Parts: sequence; structure tokens; C-alpha cells
Amino acid sequence: MHLHKYEKIWLVFGMASLVLFLLIIGFAAFWKGTHPQSHMETIDPQNVEAHDAFKPENLGIREVADGKYIVNIVASAFNYDFGKDTEGNANKTIRVPKGSTVLYQITTKDVVHGFQVAGTNVNMMVEPGHISRYEAVMKNVGEFTIVCNEYCGIGHHQMYGTVEVYE
Amino acid sequence: MTKVQLPLSKKESRLYMAFMWVTYISLFVGGLMGLLQTLVRSGKYTLPFNIDYYTILTVHGVILGLVLTTFFIIGFQFSLMGKTVGISDKQLKVAWLSFWVMLVGTIMAAITILVGEASVLYTFYAPLRAHPAFYIGLALVIVGSWIAAFVNFRQLYVWKKAHKGEKSPLPAFMVIINMLMWFIATIGVATSVLVLFIPWSLGYAETINVLLSRTLFWYFGHPLVYFWLLPAYMAWYVVIPKIIGGKLFSDALARMAFILLLMFSIPVGFHHQLTEPGIDPTWKFIQVVLTFMVVIPSLMTAFSIFATFETTGRRKGFKSLFGWFKKLPWKDVRFLAPFIGMAAFIPGGAGGIVNASHQMNALVHNTIWITGHFHLTAATTVVLTFFGITYWLVPHLTGRRLTPRLNKLGIIQTFIWTFGMTIMSGSMHIQGLLGGPRRSSFSEYAGGEQVATWINYQIAQAVGGTILFIGILLMVYIFIQLTFFAPRGVQEYPIAVEEDDAEPTPKILENWYLWIGITIALILFAYTIPVIDIIKHSPPGSPPFDWLIGR
Repeated sequence: MHLHKYEKIWLVFGMASLVLFLLIIGFAAFWKGTHPQSHMETIDPQNVEAHDAFKPENLGIREVADGKYIVNIVASAFNYDFGKDTEGNANKTIRVPKGSTVLYQITTKDVVHGFQVAGTNVNMMVEPGHISRYEAVMKNVGEFTIVCNEYCGIGHHQMYGTVEVYE
Repeated sequence: MTKVQLPLSKKESRLYMAFMWVTYISLFVGGLMGLLQTLVRSGKYTLPFNIDYYTILTVHGVILGLVLTTFFIIGFQFSLMGKTVGISDKQLKVAWLSFWVMLVGTIMAAITILVGEASVLYTFYAPLRAHPAFYIGLALVIVGSWIAAFVNFRQLYVWKKAHKGEKSPLPAFMVIINMLMWFIATIGVATSVLVLFIPWSLGYAETINVLLSRTLFWYFGHPLVYFWLLPAYMAWYVVIPKIIGGKLFSDALARMAFILLLMFSIPVGFHHQLTEPGIDPTWKFIQVVLTFMVVIPSLMTAFSIFATFETTGRRKGFKSLFGWFKKLPWKDVRFLAPFIGMAAFIPGGAGGIVNASHQMNALVHNTIWITGHFHLTAATTVVLTFFGITYWLVPHLTGRRLTPRLNKLGIIQTFIWTFGMTIMSGSMHIQGLLGGPRRSSFSEYAGGEQVATWINYQIAQAVGGTILFIGILLMVYIFIQLTFFAPRGVQEYPIAVEEDDAEPTPKILENWYLWIGITIALILFAYTIPVIDIIKHSPPGSPPFDWLIGR
């Protein structure tokens, strides 16, 4: 097959850039540990309370070490359950100090949902039977909207929460 | 490709036009839904008669993503086959059967959606459950398209037997590649629908394996977008050179590009599932690497197209560095519309690289950036090329001409589309980067600054969407003119031929066993282990949910 000289140059340049690009994302994934969320643990979607993390009393935010937090969430149409406050009202906001490391741990009781803390890299699919986990350092102060970004039914756009990062 | 084109008989033309009719009715219906969506999302409009946002969203996705594209592509490809290898009476009958099976399936699915029994969007993710008629309708559309594929295979086979030792005509070769890819890919979604969804929607199976159903869907979902793109490539490779008065750049390179697209469009579905639990990240990465292999045929295509432009221009005597570019037939809509489609593919392709990048995906996954992306690639690159084909294909089939007035309207249509899409897709991209979700009705969420910014971009999308709908009305008008009212005459079916001194095409490019073999080997490599893992480690299945979609 005949290739024009310029086309050879073009393709060699293109393929070299491609290889470089793939090496960079491969290096980031395998050596820097920046794989996308791919947690492997499974759970019975009709009995999520059987898992320690998703017992009603363990939902919401918990400090596990200095500056380290775990947030346990149960998603269901059309709500994120962050547990209850001291007066028994449902929590809608997660508050963390700036610079803290937060592990978000979430599962669903019914259909597929999304979990995105808009404006951060926290963005996961939440699927029945699986647990999704993602750890992020909350570097910037502000209010971040949590949105369900996978269609889950007619109330999908009413499913939200807030992460508040304070000084 | 030195052969003369075959004439299309009246009987054949009627079949190809039937596909065009469904295409343009779909464009109108689906486009209207799109307009309504952007209006609802602006927050200043509510749908009448209690119609749910997600019902019209499902109609929009299914009608434009699955119906319009499939009907146009199969109709156009049939015409290419008819022009280059011919169709027998018996094949024509079976081809009509494919049309009717697809149409019945479409109508079944459409009615089910419109009465609110299938607001599950075009991806129909389990465990949301639609009425069984929706899944059966979709299955019929796929089966109909398979019938068309097998007619195409048969057409080339018969031609080959009559032309021993000759290479197949390039357009026919391209059609066969696209239908092979379509067939191999749709096996995934057909398995999912027939084995998982239909028994479960009818109540014979109590639960469904959600992750498996999604994996089977995306095994099909990415080649689906290449199934849209390859007919546009066919037009760029063999039609555009003829329209600008040139010849084929290289028969062999065009075939090679199509073969590479066949091999690297299927074993890549995980890049749609990057943020999902339950799939090993190493396998995700492997499929990301395979995804990026399509960069190679894309670069080959870009080179071929611009080389054709330059060679043709220089042959006409334009000597300066870019003189040939200025002298392209900008006032010919058959060229202009696909050209803008090509130009849109530069930012569209770049956005695609972001989406498929293992890590960067997390920033844009399921944000409205994605919607902006495929409105640039599918709804601009592909659709403008399809419009560009319509301007000559429809009058060719109806025995009419594209008049200067209709050509001018077409140019206006192209500019309206470009302008509207720049606004709509542009604001979707920006809103997505700011975290705005896709597939969501108007919502103020918890309020605050972030959400207020999103809504401003949604108003911009409504402006863009309105302009685009005007473009759709104009395009439907042009279609009707070309079908019924344009003056009688002969409109050329532009297919470029090779240079007289072109080098012979290597025989190996038509070794179907080899290329299909490699394709299947790559699929088995990319999917066998992760799918076994998914099945082996699957959690308890999911029961159906009906009330969530308002059933």
C-alpha cells in the first residue's frame, strides 16, 4: 500500500503523540493511583442495612482520624440519606473543614443513581448490589451541590444535597 | 472503480425514499421534543397536559438516536449498493421486509413511550422497567436492521461471483464494513433485550443483573456512534471528491481506514462505564487504550480529505499556498454542509478524547458536557453530512433537480444549524465543566451560586435550541420540495473514481476472514475475563421498578 511522504510524517507524528498520551494516563493510573472509581465490594440491595457502613445510625459524616472523614450515604429514589441530626431531622448538608480528606461511600436501595459533588472530582455511578467509594481532598472553601447525575425516574432532578467546606 | 454507475430503477428508488421519509418525519418529531426540552430547562416554561419531561426526553433520544439514524443509514447504504453492485428483485423484496419490520418496531416503541409506559430514556437502564412492548419494539428494529445487513452481504456476494477476481466497488466495501460492525455490535444489545429484559419485563424472571445489562448495552453503545459516523465517512471519501471535481485520494487507504474502524470500535465499551463499581480498573484501562486506536484511522481520514482538496485545487491551477482552499465550491450546499460537519469534528473529536481519558472522565461523566459533545459529533458532524447527502440523493431518487433556489435555502439552513448548535452545544460544554448534570429536568436543587450559573447556561441552550428548530423546519421544507415540487430533471449521484494511474489495491484488504477474525479476537480479549468476573461476582439481582417512571 502506497503512503505519501507527507502522510507518513503526519501518521508517525500522530501515533507518537498517541503513545505519549497513553503513557501519561497509564503512569497516572498505575503509579500515581488515579484510577477511576472501581470499587469491587458487593451488597444485597434489598438489605443494605446488613452492611455496617449503611446501618441507619452510621449514615452521614464521621471523623475517623485528624482531618480524615468518612461519609456513608444510602441513595434511593429520590433522596440521599445522610442520616439524622440530633433533633431527628434528615441531614441535607455535609460540613467539612477545608483541606480534609473525605472518603465518600455510597450504595443504592433501588435503581441506578449518580453521585457527583459538582465542582470537584467526586463523580461516581451508584448501582444496586455494589458499593461505590471515592476519596477526595476538599481543597476549596464553598458550597458544592451534590447532584444525582444518572436518570433514576420522574423525580430525578429533585435528588440532591450539599457539601459545605468551611475555613 | 472505473465502472459506470448502475441506474436505479423506479422500484428501487421507492424503497430508498421510504427510508428517507421515516428519517425526515423522525427529524421533525424528535426535533420538536428537543425544542420542548430546552424550553423546560430554561425554567420559564412548563409542558401542557401533564406531559412528563422524561417522556419527551425518551422520545427525543429514541427517535433521533436510534430511529432517524438507522433509517437514513440503511436507506443511503442501500442506494450505494444499488448504484455499485445492484439489487435483484428477490433482494429488493427482502429489503422491503427489513423496512417494514423496523417500522413496526419503531411504531410499537414510540406508542409505548408516548403513553408514558416507557420513560426509561434511550439507554433503558435496569432496574427501571418499561412496558414489554417497548423492549419488543426495540428488538424488532434491530432484527429489521439485521435483515437489511444480510441483504447487503448477499448483494456483494452475488456481484463477486459474477466479477471473479475484481475488487469490490469501494462504496459497497464500506457499506459491508459498517453492516458487519453493526451486526457484531447489536448482538450485545439484542442478547441483553431478549435474554435479560423481555423475560424480566414480562415477569418470568424476578430479578435482573444490572451491571451485566449495562455492560452488554455499552458493548453496543459505542459502535453505535461509529455506525452513525461511517456513512458520513463514506460521503467524505467517495462523494465529496466528486462534488469538488476531483478523484479518489487512495482506494487502498480508504479501505484500510474502514478496516481499522471495524476493529477498534467494538472492544471499547468500558470507556462509557469508567466511574462504575464492579469492573476491574485494569480492564477499564485496556479498553481505554483500544478506544484511542481509532485516532489512527481518523488521522488517515483527515489527511485524505485535505489532500483531495489540495490536489483538486492545484489541478485546476491554483498555485498559492492556500489558493486551492479559497476556491472550493463554498456556494454548493452539497459541499458546504458536509464540510462544516468535518470542521465540527475537530472540537468534537477533541472532546471525545477527554471523555475517554481514564481519569479526566470523572470531571465530565454524566454532566451536560457529554450532551454537548454528541450534539457536536452526532447532531452536527453526522447530521450535516446526512443533510448534505439528502440534497442530491432525494432529487436523484424522485427524478427531480436541486434548483439554485433550493441550494440557497440549503446554505441558509446550514448556517442556521451551525449558529444554533454553536450556542447550544457550546453552553452545554461550559455548563458541564461547571458540574451541571445531563438528563435532568429544570431544578434549582438546594439553590446557591453554582445552580444559578447553570440556569443561565440553560437559558442559552433554549435560545440555541429554538434556532435549531427553525433549522429543522427549513430542512423538512426542503425535503418536501425535493420530493414533490422541484422541477423534473436529472440530479447526479456523485461517486468519485480513482486516478487513471492509481496503484492497485492490495488483495489482502478484501480478506474478510482475516479482518473479521481479528475483530472477534480483539472483542474476546477485551471482554472475556471482565464479563466472567462480572457474572461470577454478581450481587443479588434487582427486582423491577415501575412507579419511579410514573407507570
